[in-house]
Amino acid sequence: MWKTVLRRILIMIPQLIILSILVFFLAKMMPGDPFSGLIGPNTDPKQLEALKRQAGLYDPVPVQYAHWLKNLFKGDLGISYIQHVPVTSLIADRAVNTFWLALITTIITYCVAIPLGVTAGRHQDEWQDQAVQIFNYITFAVPPFVFYILGIWLFGFTLGWFPISGSVSPNASGFFGTIGSQIYHIILPACLVALISTTSIVQYLRTGIVDNKVEDYVRTAHSKGVPDNVVFSKHILRNSLLPIASSFGSVIAGLLSGSMIVESVFSYPGMGKLFLDSIGQRDYSTLTALILIFGVLTLLGNLLSDIIMSIVDPRIRIK
Amino acid sequence: MSEKKENTSAKEAKKKKISSPTSSFKVVVREIVKDKVALTAFIVIVLVLLFTFGGSLFLNAEKVTETNIIDAYYGWGMNGHIFGTDDGGRDILNLLMMGGRNSILIGLGVTAVCEIVGLLVGLVSGYYGGNVDAVIMRIVDFIQVLPAMPIEIVLVSVIPNYNPLSLVGIISLFGWTGTSRYFRAFVLSQRGRDYVLASKTSGSSDFKIMFREVLPNITSMIIIDVVLQIASNIGIETTLSFIGYGLPSTVPSLGTLIGFANDPVNVVSRPWLWLPATVMLLAISLSVNYVGRAFQRAADARQREN
Repeated sequence: MWKTVLRRILIMIPQLIILSILVFFLAKMMPGDPFSGLIGPNTDPKQLEALKRQAGLYDPVPVQYAHWLKNLFKGDLGISYIQHVPVTSLIADRAVNTFWLALITTIITYCVAIPLGVTAGRHQDEWQDQAVQIFNYITFAVPPFVFYILGIWLFGFTLGWFPISGSVSPNASGFFGTIGSQIYHIILPACLVALISTTSIVQYLRTGIVDNKVEDYVRTAHSKGVPDNVVFSKHILRNSLLPIASSFGSVIAGLLSGSMIVESVFSYPGMGKLFLDSIGQRDYSTLTALILIFGVLTLLGNLLSDIIMSIVDPRIRIK
Repeated sequence: MSEKKENTSAKEAKKKKISSPTSSFKVVVREIVKDKVALTAFIVIVLVLLFTFGGSLFLNAEKVTETNIIDAYYGWGMNGHIFGTDDGGRDILNLLMMGGRNSILIGLGVTAVCEIVGLLVGLVSGYYGGNVDAVIMRIVDFIQVLPAMPIEIVLVSVIPNYNPLSLVGIISLFGWTGTSRYFRAFVLSQRGRDYVLASKTSGSSDFKIMFREVLPNITSMIIIDVVLQIASNIGIETTLSFIGYGLPSTVPSLGTLIGFANDPVNVVSRPWLWLPATVMLLAISLSVNYVGRAFQRAADARQREN
């Protein structure tokens, strides 16, 4: 198994290199340079020119790329053009919020999707299955942001059950008060995102159960006199859960790219909101760093998926 | 969909089977008429198209987007504006027609580009297999793991002379990969088939086999993919416009209209701004997807008959 994992990690290296080149050129396309954030009314243009030369902005592009990459490894992502603070600290604050949102969303997603998928699979073609299929169809077909808008309108404004913006109430005090307020702010967006990310898991699980039900090993177990419930939990469910386990990484990756929309609707101060704010303010150094982080996290999510898959399903290790 | 139903309808289909194979068009029509929900979805699509494209015929784009602050924020039915007006005094009903049309047009444009590129890449990759396939698929893999939406947003905001066509290009940049993967898998399964081998033996060129022999065999898959792609691309366009990085502000879009809901004041006290567009987008996505799935079932039914 370690061979598979190692090979999979090796595949990621060229991907990371290409990603970094892509982000580098995207950054080059954006107006401004690392000194834009430092320009004040008293900046001497000549001194600025000298600084630019010293920083290698007039060097050939490959040299610039190497320089950029070197800084990247040192953890230096530049200084925000607008906020005049290191991009890393700017992002770190927001990343924590996005992490919590993603974590709670993932938990809700699996808590909802697995029972739904199991119900649909066990009661194939009965009304339970049809209800799940309709639910699944709607969450698949409708663009996510429509759910967010309708959700915030109904539960946030009309019913007033949940707060409509921010990540923590300014009045929250004490450790538990703060945590409670944070969770209270996360619940609605997390539920709405979870609603959408259940789709593929439910579908995989249902198909898995329906397909496995008619397999020979299930028939064998039945004919040996194994009770139905045990056949289901020990044989059918176990095998049907394989694709679910492997989808874990891509669910995480999907949450990150989807974080932008939900964070914008709920004015939730996470990385997605930071991205949209930065582009609104033309804060290109932050943008570049965020794209790089989104890209690396997506790659890692996929890596995680493949590694989990090779752990739970020995058959694919042979490849 | 389900095993049992498939079996029974397969039996029915066998009974009905006559000497000549049923044309895919006939099967599709039969399948849709048989399925009342699909029929309803189809009627909804026709109505939306009539409303948006028909309505836009009578509208002057410049007049619709002309601002007149005196008329701003009329409510439902005020001063002859059925759906009221927005912050610039523009009639929401008119914006809805033009916006709906624009969103659908962008969806169609992106789908056209993605299908053509995806089909070509899928055919070449699946037909040649081997190293060609390996190289192409690595590229596709890589594009698929890129964070599409952030990159799209950056491109939208840095591209000079940005216009609706650039938006089509930007969305297509990431859209073709899924399509090519989908067709490649199917073409790969066809390349060992007898008809392909026979054609090869008789000296047909690769080009002829790909486009004259394999391609006709995947027409039903193309139709299904086109319909589902249109729905998902309309979704991408409206999402981008919703957060303000889709169609330019002078070009109305459903997403821009729904984007009014980004302001809490509008959510609570001015639902006419965003609710009609939201309902329309819901109607479009649900019905187009449903028709796509009905096509899928029809194609499955046809496969059972053959």
